[in-house]
Amino acid sequence: MAANATPSPGGKHVGQRLKRREDPALIRGQGTFIDDVRLPGMLHLAFKRSDVAHGRIVRVDTSAARAMPGVRLVATGADLQGVLPNVPVITPFPYPDHPAVTPDKVRYVGEPVALVVAEDRYQAQDAVEAIEVTIEELPAVVDAEAALRGEPTLLHEDFVNNVALRIISGTGVAEAAGTQDPEAVDDRELEAAFETAEVVISQRMVNPRIAPSAIETRGVVAQYEATRPYLTIWSTTQRPHAHRRFLAAALGLGEHQARTIAPEMGGGFGAKKIYGEDFVAAALSKQLGAPIKWIEDRSEAFLTTTHARDVIGQIELAAKRDGTVTALKARLVADIGAYEMLLTAFIPTLTHGLLSGGYAIPVIRSELIEVFTNKMPTDAYRGAGMPEAIFFVERSMELLARELRMDPAEVRRKNFIRPEQFPYKTAAGNEYDSGEYERLLDATLELAGWEEMRAEQAAARAEGRLVGLGMSFYIELCAIGPSTMFPDGGWEHGSVTVERDGRITATTGASAHGQGHETSFAQVLADQFGIEPGAITLLHGDTAVAKQGVGTVASRSLVVGGTALLMAGSKVKAKMTRFAAQLLEAREEEIEFANGEVGVAGGGKLSFEEVASYAYAPQQLPAGTEPGLSEEAFWEPPGMTFPYGCYIAQVEVDRETGEAELQRFVGVDDCGTIVNPLIVEGQIQGGIAQGIGPALTEELRYDEHGQLLTGSFMDYAIPRASDLPRFELGVTVTPSPLNPLGAKGTGEAGTIGATPAVVNAVVDALSELGVRHVDPALHPEKVWRLIRGGER
Amino acid sequence: MSERVPVEVRVNGEPCSAVVEPRLLLVHFLREELGLTGTHVGCDTSQCGACTVLIDGRSAKSCTVFAVQAAGSAVTTIEGLAEGEALHPLQEGFWEEHGLQCGYCTPGMIMAAASLLKENPDPSEAEIRSGLDGNLCRCTGYQHIVNAIARAAQQG
Repeated sequence: MAANATPSPGGKHVGQRLKRREDPALIRGQGTFIDDVRLPGMLHLAFKRSDVAHGRIVRVDTSAARAMPGVRLVATGADLQGVLPNVPVITPFPYPDHPAVTPDKVRYVGEPVALVVAEDRYQAQDAVEAIEVTIEELPAVVDAEAALRGEPTLLHEDFVNNVALRIISGTGVAEAAGTQDPEAVDDRELEAAFETAEVVISQRMVNPRIAPSAIETRGVVAQYEATRPYLTIWSTTQRPHAHRRFLAAALGLGEHQARTIAPEMGGGFGAKKIYGEDFVAAALSKQLGAPIKWIEDRSEAFLTTTHARDVIGQIELAAKRDGTVTALKARLVADIGAYEMLLTAFIPTLTHGLLSGGYAIPVIRSELIEVFTNKMPTDAYRGAGMPEAIFFVERSMELLARELRMDPAEVRRKNFIRPEQFPYKTAAGNEYDSGEYERLLDATLELAGWEEMRAEQAAARAEGRLVGLGMSFYIELCAIGPSTMFPDGGWEHGSVTVERDGRITATTGASAHGQGHETSFAQVLADQFGIEPGAITLLHGDTAVAKQGVGTVASRSLVVGGTALLMAGSKVKAKMTRFAAQLLEAREEEIEFANGEVGVAGGGKLSFEEVASYAYAPQQLPAGTEPGLSEEAFWEPPGMTFPYGCYIAQVEVDRETGEAELQRFVGVDDCGTIVNPLIVEGQIQGGIAQGIGPALTEELRYDEHGQLLTGSFMDYAIPRASDLPRFELGVTVTPSPLNPLGAKGTGEAGTIGATPAVVNAVVDALSELGVRHVDPALHPEKVWRLIRGGER
Repeated sequence: MSERVPVEVRVNGEPCSAVVEPRLLLVHFLREELGLTGTHVGCDTSQCGACTVLIDGRSAKSCTVFAVQAAGSAVTTIEGLAEGEALHPLQEGFWEEHGLQCGYCTPGMIMAAASLLKENPDPSEAEIRSGLDGNLCRCTGYQHIVNAIARAAQQG
């Protein structure tokens, strides 16, 4: 391999099913998660939270709590005013103030009103129970469409009709990022498409509110050292560097005076970024001169870890009778809850960009309205705006197929973007990098045995059984970048150090929490250097170790973080080449890296240790070369990658109970180059399960008073092992031209694609009862009622 | 608070004693008193199974058992499963089959599987899946966990 070459997909280690290096500690119970962090003198924080959705705080009586054993501090929101900045938001649009502990008004159940610091967690919780809060209740705003009319009241005085943001995007809008001015929109093309349509599909669809539900809840341990001054904070965050930036600012420190450590993390899925509780813990550590720990309990997690989705779509599709889609129009109402968190307003704006799905739809227009209600704010969760888009598109394609009595596979085939059209700029504004959609569709149909499935379904129906088949074709938008596309920076950072003994220590700003970076990134570097992965250690999740970073979000780690490492590796290899050429008295062009050695083909060879020990103690420096072998790189992708896939689900609905049994789930995914198939399979399977949940059982429900009715795993049903069939999965590989690995990303694929496939299957099963559409979650009660209604 | 009481439990073969509040949960006794942090808390209400340990050989959710209730019993946690360097077949299975991602549910999942295989050494896939109904995993979709347990059953 030449000195500066990046690994090809056919490398020795890239493509191998390597067992994970993360696992030996975890399977022995030796991982270090946030609740395992213990410091001398550590105190415990607990919050008193509002049990009212909307109201004015009249009185917070903390006298009893103050007198309880072990209590070191009791504080209300009013006590903390001016001590803490507001919870941070990254958005170019106006947003309301969001105090970490509210001093005056409560706007959702679970909002912090007061807090206790005590010597142990039991004492802190006891004292919280002793705080008495009197709240003058206001009407709760829980229905997003009513909220848009300002009913029954306003949440924030500056936001008329509870509207946070209204943005129009797509055909007829000059600005790529959309416009807030309806007067600036040219409707002619859109109107012409619908006027000349031979068939129009129109459907209101709801993507319900769901909970990310990592099995580990959130937590934080903050340690402020006044004499330096310096803040060290352990937190369940997917974005340690952004966390450090905001936490340092919150305490009036510079970023150079703060360190965020993300320990091993029990799942994130987009929901673990930066929260007010972290600000509070840091500020109280400073105030009390002791480390402060806060661990969220599961009830708090349901109430106060960001929710997701909750978008109502009015979707209209214009088509020809041969199935060709000529236009898509969407009106989206996103219920974003009571405040904005880090990316609350940004996430629903991502939906527009995927409204083309995998199809060459010439005209696409959306209007998005984000509205405040008295609920927990929404933010990113696996897919982040994309599952909504693909749900709307794939339900619409299914409705079109039914309307035209076409095979759902053929309607999709008819509209696919063809291989020769890539790179393809959709009418929604994104440029898709590469794809062979029809090849993947055919692979899926073959794996499923589509014709046999359809014949068996017909036979089952003839027996009176409610068997349904559903399909989806998804597109995922990955590797968010460059920085013009991502409001907080679209790059990633990596560093590579060849140590004196020839082993490699690498760091990445993409802080993993279950994705296996330590294994897969080592495979990438091993091929680049021609060494074994075991000679490489990857460090991450600590801002004192990884100098800079954006984080593990948006399926971007391997594509952006992996490439940044390759870039740093290339710089190190260039230096090693210079040192080796000098030692071997060879020309630099002759130097190769292979089998753990550096040298000349058929000539002299040096071990990594020999090159490194010379580089760190050079007797004669090559011209223009510094000693040492340690380099870093930032890499900003030129554009986003668009993996894709096709899923087919088969369900049978029990007429007596309404339960939809998922009998088969077949899928083929294409995420470009696969570095570690074992890890990719795990990502796909886990993602699929998280897409099946919202199709069948997962739904957060608030009552008319803004009380969360689904606040435990008893009421909010994430899939169990027995709810799922064995997934039948395959892959195709269409490398991305946008990065040297050819990788596209895969973290969110399954979640995006699975929901519409399963919903389509259940609706298909119920179609003979006259059901045309039903919104998830399709839990037994809802389906049973449909069956009863349908049969009457 | 009520009077503290002495409690003696055998944990991973070692006798352990402490004086604790009667309301102290077994999981907190293991984690805070004994420093055995491999047993995790996921839901506090015995649905997720992250806190699963063996009490006298049978799986139990240690977030819903008081430490005093385990007095006189033998408790096995994830830390007590391997024989020194040699991994338990279930630990091997989870590693080989990629049965974990974030690793948070894993200790409870492995302990539940240990109990399952003790009761049914040769389970079908359906029996493995229903045997895991008390344990939630959000990362894997369970397929690799099922593979891991099937593999361990074959090895066992």
